[in-house]
Amino acid sequence: MISELFSVTVLIGILASGIRLATPYLYAAIGETFGQKSGVLNLGVEGQMLLGSFVAFYVALTTGNLWLGLLAAMLVGAIMGLAMAYVTVNLHAQQGISGIGFYLFGLGMSELLFQRFMGTVETVKGFPKLYFPGLSDIPGIGEIFFNQNILVYGAYLLVPLAWFVLNKTTLGLKIRAVGENPDAADSLGVSVARIRYFTIILGGTLSGIAGASLSIALLNVFQQGMTSGLGFIAVALVYFGAWRPVGVLGGALLFSLVNSLQLWIQVLGIPIPSDIAVMMPYVLTILVLVATVSRVRAPSALTKPFERGD
Amino acid sequence: MRSRLSTLFDALLPVIATLAALAVGAVMLLFLGINPIQAYGSLWQGAFGSSNAFAETLVKATPLLLVALGICISFRGDVINIGGEGQMVIGAILATWVGLTFTDWPGWLVITLSMLAGFVGGAVWGGIPGVLKAYFNVNEILSTVMMNAIAVQLMNFLLRGPMIDPSQAQLASKIPQTARLLDAFHLARLVPTRLHMGALLAVILAFVVYILLWRTTLGYRIRAVGQNPHASRYAGIQVPRYIVLALLLSGAFAGLAGAVQVFGVNYRMITDGSASGFTGSAGFNGIVAALFGQLHPLLSIPASILFGALLVGANSMQRAMQVPSALITALNGLVVVFVVSSEIWRHKRQRKRMAVAAREEPPPPSAESKKPNQAEAGA
Repeated sequence: MISELFSVTVLIGILASGIRLATPYLYAAIGETFGQKSGVLNLGVEGQMLLGSFVAFYVALTTGNLWLGLLAAMLVGAIMGLAMAYVTVNLHAQQGISGIGFYLFGLGMSELLFQRFMGTVETVKGFPKLYFPGLSDIPGIGEIFFNQNILVYGAYLLVPLAWFVLNKTTLGLKIRAVGENPDAADSLGVSVARIRYFTIILGGTLSGIAGASLSIALLNVFQQGMTSGLGFIAVALVYFGAWRPVGVLGGALLFSLVNSLQLWIQVLGIPIPSDIAVMMPYVLTILVLVATVSRVRAPSALTKPFERGD
Repeated sequence: MRSRLSTLFDALLPVIATLAALAVGAVMLLFLGINPIQAYGSLWQGAFGSSNAFAETLVKATPLLLVALGICISFRGDVINIGGEGQMVIGAILATWVGLTFTDWPGWLVITLSMLAGFVGGAVWGGIPGVLKAYFNVNEILSTVMMNAIAVQLMNFLLRGPMIDPSQAQLASKIPQTARLLDAFHLARLVPTRLHMGALLAVILAFVVYILLWRTTLGYRIRAVGQNPHASRYAGIQVPRYIVLALLLSGAFAGLAGAVQVFGVNYRMITDGSASGFTGSAGFNGIVAALFGQLHPLLSIPASILFGALLVGANSMQRAMQVPSALITALNGLVVVFVVSSEIWRHKRQRKRMAVAAREEPPPPSAESKKPNQAEAGA
């Protein structure tokens, strides 16, 4: 049975679903990268994702318009980001803890709304797979790369875009300056508060998309607590990727491929207890954190509230 | 007089934060088309309406308090332990294993050993992130979250396989649960309610943790490391060791909470696949209670009762008003946000007070001359 794992069809399946499963991690972790680069740890990602996931699903279900659902999820994520920004920037709340508050809020709210407005698990027809004439028909490669839905491609496009914004634009320079040395940035006339508001709201919006990608593009259902720790892993991926979009991409792919492998192990009925298989990505995250974190340095002002000294 | 008033104000901050959260909850209820006064009324009835209801509140408060005690230790040491859920699970597993293995030993001995096993299990599960933080610089928030996920899968694996109830093992559709503990191993109850000895144990331990934090060298050092790791290092404190200890002890209390849940309430472990199915999210709600109690072990007692009441009340609200009890999870989240946000007013006033003190006494020679001036301008 183990040998089945190495047949071409199965390998293609593992790669194709690995590419697909990286989507929510990418949106959420790239958003979190912006926040952390500017010195803010947003631990509420999971809550933002859950609410985004529900709202996207509900709007898509009632209006029949997937794009409207996506937009609603972005809006909800942005609003939660705005609240988070106010609490961290203006009220200097301890970020690790307020993030847990936002997580609990999103967890409770999404469940509350689900029970109130739906009650039973339903399905929607999510974003369809795109078809590229010629490319999608290439055996193997076509299935892996050219047979995914639009949110998957969006997630991968986000990586070079985030790299470009962070490293090649004035905005990116300001974000990095605010995260490394807010006093210096402030003295040069950069508004620390405005930059942090921007990055946290952007992060919230992307978390909203991450949630939506689960409920209306990948799984096409909404269930209570369906993100099951994915948002927290996204935060870990930022550390893992050493605060670089490319690193985040590597982490997201590694994680989703292990996950996909684990799913296929279950599908093929290979006698590894599924609970142990599900455990593997988490163990892997810890091990990789151990291996990488001590070698790279976090943005100096991460989690530190900024107060203008005289 | 003035300082006493401000202490009172400090103590009231979390209460104000909770009232604010309840007010937001009322608005949310209005939007859902539910009368908030009736809803909160049934919540109150469910939590305090009868002596049995109050006993249920205390039963729910017990794991919250135990987790909160651990949180008091770790947060005072400036390590954030979000792994309460996993630590409870591991503590419960180890305690249950003891309870199911030594069936011919006397009850008092097995109960004692099981509680210790829970304590140790939680300590190991908290200690691992502690070591990772202290010696490998791994963020404890992330590692404790990962440890939660690992603990859940370990529980699912054990309850479906090695630890499954022998009577389930033969069935076609097996319920993933362990065998039931012998009656002799149950924590004593205040009949006819479900209130058990664990509640008393938790209150006693609240005093123990208070003494630990403020009357022992260990507690002093944990707090010193939490307040200023650099100064602590210069003072000769082995900072990494106390980071590990803070997380280890924090996990130990959560593990004990798990053991108490099994031996006092459920008498067996059963899984629905999630951690909250066993813990009832006590690992998270304990953080809420500890923050509400200003990270003070004794103030955590009333705080835990309050949040226990919210949880019990939420169930009756769900029955009476069809308000999903998830509302309380959302409100708990708001309480956390409001409490940590309200800290800013405490800090502001603390600085003001220090400024007043600095004006009355001549500043020590080492103090920066800038600070008192700046404070004077503010005062």
